[in-house]
Amino acid sequence: MSDLLYGEVENDLRASVRDLLTDRSPWTSVLARVETDKPYDLELWRTLAAEMGLAGLLVPEDLGGAGASAREVAVVLEELGRAVTPTPFLGSAVLATTALLAAGDTETVAELAAGQRIGALAVSLTTAPNAAFPSAVKVVDGKLTGRVGSVADLEVADVVVVPAIGADGPELHVVQTASAGVTVTPITPLDLTRRIATLELADVESRKLSGDAAAALRTALTTGAGLLAAEQLGVAQWCLDATTEYVATRHQFGRPIGSFQALRHRLADLWASVSGAVAVSRAAADALATGSDVDIAVAVAASYCSELAVHAAEEALQLHGGIGMTWEHPVHLYLGRAKSSELALGTPERHRDALASFVDLPA
Amino acid sequence: MTDLKAQVEQFLADHPTEGADAVEWLGARFDAGLAWVHFPVGLGGLGASRSAQQAVDEAFLAANAPQPNPAAPVIGYGMAAPTILKFGTDEQRQRFLRPLYTGEEVWCQLFSEPGAGSDLATLATRAVRDGDEWIVDGQKVWTTMGHVARWGILVARTDPSLPKHQGLSYFLCDMTDPGVEVRPLRQITGEAEFNEVFLSGVRVPDAYRLGAVGEGWKVATTTLMNERVTIGAHAAEREDGLIGAVTKTWRERPELRTPGLHDRLLRLWVDAEALRLTAERLRQGLAAGQPGPEGSAAKLTFATLNQAITGLDVELHGEEGLSYKDWTMRRPTDADWASRDAGFRYLRMKGNSIEGGTSEILRNIIADRILQLPKEPRGDVDIPWKDLPR
Ligand SMILES: Cc1cc2nc3c(=O)[nH]c(=O)nc-3n(C[C@H](O)[C@H](O)[C@H](O)COP(=O)(O)OP(=O)(O)OC[C@H]3O[C@@H](n4cnc5c(N)ncnc54)[C@H](O)[C@@H]3O)c2cc1C
Repeated sequence: MSDLLYGEVENDLRASVRDLLTDRSPWTSVLARVETDKPYDLELWRTLAAEMGLAGLLVPEDLGGAGASAREVAVVLEELGRAVTPTPFLGSAVLATTALLAAGDTETVAELAAGQRIGALAVSLTTAPNAAFPSAVKVVDGKLTGRVGSVADLEVADVVVVPAIGADGPELHVVQTASAGVTVTPITPLDLTRRIATLELADVESRKLSGDAAAALRTALTTGAGLLAAEQLGVAQWCLDATTEYVATRHQFGRPIGSFQALRHRLADLWASVSGAVAVSRAAADALATGSDVDIAVAVAASYCSELAVHAAEEALQLHGGIGMTWEHPVHLYLGRAKSSELALGTPERHRDALASFVDLPA
Repeated sequence: MTDLKAQVEQFLADHPTEGADAVEWLGARFDAGLAWVHFPVGLGGLGASRSAQQAVDEAFLAANAPQPNPAAPVIGYGMAAPTILKFGTDEQRQRFLRPLYTGEEVWCQLFSEPGAGSDLATLATRAVRDGDEWIVDGQKVWTTMGHVARWGILVARTDPSLPKHQGLSYFLCDMTDPGVEVRPLRQITGEAEFNEVFLSGVRVPDAYRLGAVGEGWKVATTTLMNERVTIGAHAAEREDGLIGAVTKTWRERPELRTPGLHDRLLRLWVDAEALRLTAERLRQGLAAGQPGPEGSAAKLTFATLNQAITGLDVELHGEEGLSYKDWTMRRPTDADWASRDAGFRYLRMKGNSIEGGTSEILRNIIADRILQLPKEPRGDVDIPWKDLPR
């Protein structure tokens, strides 16, 4: 049975990430930033990635990483979700890094691990682990041409891992975004805290990776989906905590509204659902760390946590009343993150479809 | 741990399981300290850590060892045993734990009354002291397994002049005593799993009191907490429990499948897995000495989920879902639901959100103790019980 608790190292890691985010990325500054053309605080990213070594958590020590596992990454993502921090952590340290590692790259992954450069994986953020290999980018005479929309964290990426179709089928390529022929066009996102952009490649020079491209991409997307569940847990946890705090202080009808049973019961139910999310997301992180039972654990966590995060954010908004509908209150940042990440890396239905085949419950 | 493994192997070598008399064999297991390894030596345990229990249980299960009477577990194992261990005197622990474990003596819970369910602390059954004995009068209701129980855990009022939570005491009641009358109470399933129990001039020795006079609420709280954990922390294997019955039908009978039921089934599968993992987290937390509050979450989720799963199961059965196997009024002696038909399970699981504390009461508890939300105003806490409006 997998280990579903948080270990001491994980608790320490959580505490230091939370301290840093409380200090450097409170929601007031997140809110201020998302309206500028610099939503990502790259100074903060440097601290997280390079100084704290978080960008290299999944990278083995001999490649310059921390040699940690998905369990630690999950804890970091819980905190990043809880603070809706705009960082390229998911795109660079999870998606691009796992794709590179799975395809046998050592060079680019070391740069990403060191936090010197930022990476992205050139697929639409909605791509599910069991999706067909993307065919939007073609390799013609050794150069890449094509267009990919909704790539997460692309606008701050220095390097992109691009799935492409070559003469013999699927390939993975590494492209420098500064290369000639690369155009990055930001898209106005529903989730203000995780940016998406369109990537256009016109006869672009690249470096082809040698490993099995389809398998590497699938690994990256599976890892991404399993770990995104931890981020969604963090979002839900914030919504529960903030709402619990709010209803305890807000008075109507001469009482704190949190003493009305209708609200107490909704929050009790939400708490019970969040307990379930802790369990499934821990199970997915543990499965990714040990390599056993990965497919089922990830499908369960992705389906459960995606829906829970949306539900938690919607409950939070409703129970905050009018203030929840205002721009100046952070709940909309959480709602945007939750709803967008429900679509990310496979919708809940898509994961349940995959699950049906993993556990032999055919339609 | 390896030590324990060796002990289990040695025990199995000394006590062949084949053809063994279950009570005798389980008695030997109790005496060897392999019943509840975290209980003290001499009381079925070895003073080991809780975490060791699962491995021991699994080893015995794998060896096809006799298992405790299925009628006993929930109330006897889950509630009476830990309460007796915590509050009992040495004599009480010596007297009660072994036959409880072997299944020789089944237990029931004499808590609820016609006038006191969710608001258990308002109960009216009186116990009046008479020398070394207490004389008990009152009526209990919904008493599961009351008809097969040898002992009952009983909460009674010993001082009506105190506020309701303070005037209660906790007793172990001999169900064979004169004055105890158990009448079947038929359930919506057609069966009578629970009963009404009339107590008229029942003499309970003071030696069968658990905890101090007036501290019955505190003792009962321990029982109720354990009840939630027992009910909640249940499923062990993936697809254990009711979801397994539905997946079995799904796999074996493709002609029943529809697209709408498919997504519902998968959602419930995911929820069942989430509950299983929540219960497993609870177990791992207990084993690591960090008991979490997940017991209440598990009980609440378990009830909702079982009702949703059994509802789906009836629908999945199509035309067969219209029929019911057997409405005969029986008085069952076990809680074997796995082998029952979908209709029975649908009806029976409606009790999951009522028995062991209703889902509403559980939400109140979560809101108070875990979320620490402002309490609902209430006016019954400081008033003597006898002056409460009833
Ligand atoms: C199958 C089954 C087996 C049982 N076995 C046993 C047993 O072995 N021994 C035993 O002692 N008891 C047993 N019980 C009794 C059980 O513990 C009680 O039924 C339960 O505590 C509820 O009490 P009640 O039935 O009096 O409902 P009530 O307390 O009358 O409640 C009625 C409804 O009102 C709601 N309600 C009550 N108070 C509040 C509140 N403050 N806020 C919000 N909602 C509220 C309840 O949730 C419920 O929905 C069993 C019950 C069932 C169904």
